[in-house]
Amino acid sequence: MVRMKLAGAVLAGTVLAGALAPLPALAQDKPKELVVGIATFLSGPASVFGVPGRNAADLLIEELNAKGGILGVPVKPVYVDEGAGTNQLLSEYRRVVQEQGAQVMLGAISSGSCNALAPVAEDLKVVNVMWDCGTQTIFEDGKWKYSVRTQGHAGAEMMATLLYLMKVKPDFKSIAVVNQDYAWGRESWALFQAGLKALKPDVKVVAELFPKFGAPDFSTEITRLSALRPDVVLSTSWGGDLDTFVQQAAARGLLKQSTFVLPLAESSLERLGNVLPEGVIVGARGDHYWLHPKTKNTPEMQAFVKKYKDKTGVYPIYPTFHMQQALTGLAKAYEKAGASTGGKWPSKEQVIAAFEGLEFKSLTGTITIRADHQGLEDQMLGTTKRVPEYPFAVYDKMALYPGKLVTTPVGEKSLDWFAKATQSLVNDKSIETFDYAK
Amino acid sequence: MLLLAALDGLAYGSLIFLVAVGLSLIFGVLGIINVAHGSFYAIGAYVAAAGVLAMGAMGLPAWLAFPFLLVAAALVGTVVGGVVEIVLLRRVYGKEEVLQLIVTFAVFMILEDAQKVVFGVQPYFANAPMNWLGTVDVFGIYYTKYQLILMPLVALAVLVGLRFFLRRTSFGRAIVAVTQDREAATAMGIDAAKVYLITFIIGASLAALGGALASATTSLTPGIGAGTLVLSFAVAATAGLGRIEGAAVAALLIGLGRSVAVYFAPEFDVLIPYLIMMLVLLVRPQGLFSTVQTRKV
Repeated sequence: MVRMKLAGAVLAGTVLAGALAPLPALAQDKPKELVVGIATFLSGPASVFGVPGRNAADLLIEELNAKGGILGVPVKPVYVDEGAGTNQLLSEYRRVVQEQGAQVMLGAISSGSCNALAPVAEDLKVVNVMWDCGTQTIFEDGKWKYSVRTQGHAGAEMMATLLYLMKVKPDFKSIAVVNQDYAWGRESWALFQAGLKALKPDVKVVAELFPKFGAPDFSTEITRLSALRPDVVLSTSWGGDLDTFVQQAAARGLLKQSTFVLPLAESSLERLGNVLPEGVIVGARGDHYWLHPKTKNTPEMQAFVKKYKDKTGVYPIYPTFHMQQALTGLAKAYEKAGASTGGKWPSKEQVIAAFEGLEFKSLTGTITIRADHQGLEDQMLGTTKRVPEYPFAVYDKMALYPGKLVTTPVGEKSLDWFAKATQSLVNDKSIETFDYAK
Repeated sequence: MLLLAALDGLAYGSLIFLVAVGLSLIFGVLGIINVAHGSFYAIGAYVAAAGVLAMGAMGLPAWLAFPFLLVAAALVGTVVGGVVEIVLLRRVYGKEEVLQLIVTFAVFMILEDAQKVVFGVQPYFANAPMNWLGTVDVFGIYYTKYQLILMPLVALAVLVGLRFFLRRTSFGRAIVAVTQDREAATAMGIDAAKVYLITFIIGASLAALGGALASATTSLTPGIGAGTLVLSFAVAATAGLGRIEGAAVAALLIGLGRSVAVYFAPEFDVLIPYLIMMLVLLVRPQGLFSTVQTRKV
């Protein structure tokens, strides 16, 4: 008997209505604790970033509280799982603000989540620090009073990647792309391609492949690339997808045939171990790297790396640095706002105003928050090298791109700005270079 | 180009076949649409990868990984599958399909979380078996022998083995008898409960075998079970639920369709399995290899 009934399940979503009346914009008495809601992926494939983010937050908040918290107020984190889907995330976000009294929210990793949360933060009048999401459109297409981003955006990341490729392999003639089939994969390629057309219009794009998110097998893509033999293969994939792609490509010799450009591979270096050969271009959505040539020996970096490794057994990857930036930026904004209120607890409006123009040190550089609430963050790329000190590839031939050089100016759209890119950017004097050193 | 695409499709189809045939077998005999099937795939993969990594750490020779993959699959199918059948499914046989669906879905959700607790969320991979076998050159393109030769061979062995088991062995015939008419089979002295348990264990082990084989080629992350489950549903539905040979043809068809799409219309890569399923079901709602039967009860 062949009979199959398909039972349709209807999910009924409840919407929490009736936002609380807005609090006055005046300085207030210090609360007993500062509740900070943190939206991060605790489930699903993106938990490869979300869980390290939470681990870093736990560690950093413990450290912050040991030093007296923010303006003498201890910080209490409340985690919200982004992996449960946008509807659930929005409900949880509202609940944490309205019922648990969060004055600050850190949200989120996914650009889709950030796009959904920005209007909710306006509605709730809560300080919303976008701690990891990258889409450049948030502050290019919208104006959000209560949201701020404490790291660079996809535009800066892709511009730096393109400039690095132009610098280290200026004579490439063909390129293929293998990106995940979702917003980031498509957007990052659109940006890269716009810049490529401006800087090197004769390059032939031989394949544009967008395997589905979470694809377990890239055999066909690899066969096709093996047959096409492009000079460069770009992939902005991450997590398990990137690991699988690299692993299968390496097994079939493709990594030796084409120059691979993997702008998010810093987060996979340790996991990939001996799979990733020398000569692969890698990046980290910013200048993050626990072996950063300028800051690897600072006491702050060494303490962070040690504590993180002791806690988790692995080296920190870029989301942990993004979390550090978000929490440091938040503490600095409170301090700045507190200084103007004569020691009184600042209002949310005063905190968000303090973010504008704020400059603070991260573990690897300096972050500046622009007037449009977008962070300026340096970008670093490198080429993999095998060294006896570690059982995995490390960065060599690093280039550090100042945030200001590679970030779309305020008021411009990244796609338009990329289309105007000029050769002078490739060898700009502000770009610093470093080789691997023990 | 078409030949290259066909080779990729063969390896991919082999893997989906292993998972889909288990799903199909369970439905054919137990009449249950087992959503938890995706979990057996995932757990099989995780256990195999963890074992292969541990064997590597102990310095054991790489070839030992191959028998271990089989052992891991049988172990997961027997232990996890056995417990699920005995503790839960036994109580819902013959009940409403929606209830069965909800129960297996709940098991799927619980096992998904259990995987995260046991194996964490960081991607795992254990590619030693794939690398040990090396590559083969086909018209200047390197293929891994693991994907091009071993995986299709295992799928073929499972297909032939299952056919032989069901048609030529007494227990296999007992399974067929219970599928035809449980009451009459029980009256003839066949232990239907045992038949159900063994069938479920075989089905679960096949899913786990798919996972164990895949673990050498892919990274294991939370959620791998769901993706494979959906695809194996597409294969089983295309073939007609309960059809073993049909599942092999449908898996091959879907594997090839997907590969050809990557070559000629990459945008359709994700869509192809479902397009094939939709087209088949439009023309033959009972699936490619099923015949329409009247309800017995």
